[in-house]
Amino acid sequence: MDRRTLLKAIAGAGSLAATGGLSMPALSQGAAARTLRFVPQANLANFDPVWGTQYVVRNAAAMVWDTLYGLDATLQPQRQMVESEEVTDDGLTWTFRLRPGLKFHDGEPVLAKDVVASLARWSVRDPMGQMIKAIQNELTAVDDKTFKWVLKQPYPKMMLALGKNSTPCAFIMPERMAQTDPFKQITEYVGSGPMKFAKGEWVPGAKAVFEKFSDYVPRREKASWLAGGKQMLIDRVEWVVIPDPATAAAALQNGEIDWWENPIPDLVPVLRKNRNISVDIADPLGNIGAFRMNHLHPPFNDVKARRAVLTALSQEDYMRALVGDDNALWKPLPGFFTPDTPLYTEEGGEILKGKRDVAAAKKLLAESGYTNQPVTCVVAQDQPITKAQGDVTADLLKKIGMNVDFVATDWGTVGSRRAQKTPPGQGGWQMFHTWHAGADCISPAAYNAIRGNGDKAWFGWPTSETVEKEVTAWFDAKNIDEEKAAVKRLNKAALEDVIYAPTGFFLSYTAWRKNISGVTKGPLPFFWGVSKTA
Amino acid sequence: MVSYIFRRILSTMPVMAIVALFVFSLLYIAPGDPAAVIAGDQASPADVERIRQALGLDRPFLVQFGDWVWRILHGDLGTSIFTNLPVSSLIAQRLEPTLSLMAITLVLTILVAVPLGVVAAWKAGSLVDRTIMAFAVFGFSLPVFVVGYVLAYLFALQFDWLPVQGYTPLVEGLWPWLEHLILPALALGCVYIALIARITRAAMLEVLQQDYVRTARAKGLGQGSILFVHALKNAAVPIVTVIGIGIALLIGGAVVTESVFAIPGLGRLTIDAILRRDYPVIQGIVLLFSFLYVLVNLMVDVTYTLVDPRIRY
Repeated sequence: MDRRTLLKAIAGAGSLAATGGLSMPALSQGAAARTLRFVPQANLANFDPVWGTQYVVRNAAAMVWDTLYGLDATLQPQRQMVESEEVTDDGLTWTFRLRPGLKFHDGEPVLAKDVVASLARWSVRDPMGQMIKAIQNELTAVDDKTFKWVLKQPYPKMMLALGKNSTPCAFIMPERMAQTDPFKQITEYVGSGPMKFAKGEWVPGAKAVFEKFSDYVPRREKASWLAGGKQMLIDRVEWVVIPDPATAAAALQNGEIDWWENPIPDLVPVLRKNRNISVDIADPLGNIGAFRMNHLHPPFNDVKARRAVLTALSQEDYMRALVGDDNALWKPLPGFFTPDTPLYTEEGGEILKGKRDVAAAKKLLAESGYTNQPVTCVVAQDQPITKAQGDVTADLLKKIGMNVDFVATDWGTVGSRRAQKTPPGQGGWQMFHTWHAGADCISPAAYNAIRGNGDKAWFGWPTSETVEKEVTAWFDAKNIDEEKAAVKRLNKAALEDVIYAPTGFFLSYTAWRKNISGVTKGPLPFFWGVSKTA
Repeated sequence: MVSYIFRRILSTMPVMAIVALFVFSLLYIAPGDPAAVIAGDQASPADVERIRQALGLDRPFLVQFGDWVWRILHGDLGTSIFTNLPVSSLIAQRLEPTLSLMAITLVLTILVAVPLGVVAAWKAGSLVDRTIMAFAVFGFSLPVFVVGYVLAYLFALQFDWLPVQGYTPLVEGLWPWLEHLILPALALGCVYIALIARITRAAMLEVLQQDYVRTARAKGLGQGSILFVHALKNAAVPIVTVIGIGIALLIGGAVVTESVFAIPGLGRLTIDAILRRDYPVIQGIVLLFSFLYVLVNLMVDVTYTLVDPRIRY
């Protein structure tokens, strides 16, 4: 017996006497082994995966709601709730059949009308869904188990759209919930996935609890990311929000939590020294660091000014600022697509390779007509990733002779300021920093940030006909070779026009106690297949 | 006295109204947009705008303010933009941990700081006095989060006596409740102990030079009786005042302490709400804290009459 147990015993006896039985409820070893305590990357502040598209909401929702298809570890969409699908030879009519035994958490069967309502809501908010909706003739339930999507033109990426893991995912909800305005939150959380959301135990900002749904029928295939048999080996998952990384590290070492999704690099050496803790790369698809320049206003409305920045940009400086000296955590990225994925290319990436040329950058900047006007660089200080990148950028801009107006602020302010199209002196901006999940950058499918469709493009509003032409070419591609060719041309065009500035590819770690097994690498934490011993 | 208390409670109304107007105006003009946070990083500007409209954030200032005041007058603090839960429920969820932390800290502080201050005054100029005052300077100088990390490292990680983080409600047992609060209360109490020990010492030094203390000594009264029965009671007014003012310190310190020890209290709720621009939650919490502060001041004023019969309202 250690001193803490002794203290508990003494105090427990004392409190029992004093309060007539208000002592700590004992958890049996079995109960403890069936509860997984997990520290998520962020606070689960809302729980509508269509209304709020933050990754943390998607990660929790993946336990509670199932999808028609699921992306597996080879990045291929596999059937999940769907038993079979048929597409007509002209590619215009897709007919899907649901597999038997699917139930919602309220015991009601999952019907085609629920799927139709869910897809209708999702397609308003999701970029791929919006594309399908734009060419949709009708989306209807044929019978209880069959639904049909009739299009005006073929959409070869249909299964990817329905199974992708970028937000918002096409989660299937009961019809009554799915009829909620996509711009308003749902008010109940009846799911179709392997875990139920315990709404009564939800303390936003502190705790969220998920309980095993005993009527869930997993597929027979082995689980692979969002595809395959989602077998729950634990009864209860508790998400414990610990805002301070040092406290989370201490709690993991002390056995108060079982799994910490995103330990910061500074604390990883401490965790590695603990023989009860395993540390590994969380997501092989990693992240792409980025800053965006405003294509609407000088100096970055001139491509020469944007190229000047890329010419002097050292991705190593950015990555070292983000991950320190751990070389396993970063790679240079002379392009826009996730390394080690089928469409990865460095086509046109010379501008980001080799020795950085400050003199050439200064020359380009002069040619752009830059007249030393202030460059408003908006940097969120409350996000370590943006703060580190912002500091490097300020130095880079000064090196090439720019007059930096460094606006240190918080992420909430960046979120509203970056939407302003007005000139920088009137509330607008010229530069802001962000990052993209590698899972979103494996193809142009959900990659808003690479689009060059002007007013409809992501913040910075780049216009590039070539980029748009190649995005369309990828969507129309009939096979992987055509896709690769389209993405090569797209990467080159996006670098020539400097749609945005990639600052490198970086990974992060995840850490768990060794009595946990079944943790897999992936773009989100997968709880199926995870087990725990007491 | 009763009419005084009644008048003071009535006088809180305009104070609360001014606070409400101030907070609402401040949030309105502050940069940041909850719609952009909700929409996520990949959302299009059009999506952000539609969310803003759905939340009613595009309405004029006076309409939004009038709507909010009307709901407050009906006892409705509104609904959180992010969680879609009533603000009153969110506050209720978080009230117990924060009040528990503040209560334990306050008790600990008074039990430690007042005797330290009394002893320091009694032994003024001695090694004991200088040691206590050195501790007070140390307590003032160390930030709460540093003390918190050191305590957690020692008592949780090294000795494994207490948990690192979290909170257990009192209904689940006295010890589980208390064990999660000991380290946070010690961390938060450090500054407060230092402050009150110094004030107690200064007040006691003045009182101990009074004629009636010399008379008490001449009568042969014991040192304990002189210090704690006669002198401390007469030195109590400034001490009570500082304890009252210190409640504000505790509220501020609780924000940091709750973050370091992952206590799901009002401090963390406030920080989360500010970072996400969850306006109804921020407004609800500020109103609550303002009310608590006014209430504490009233209690301090009432306590004066108990420790000093010369004070009458």
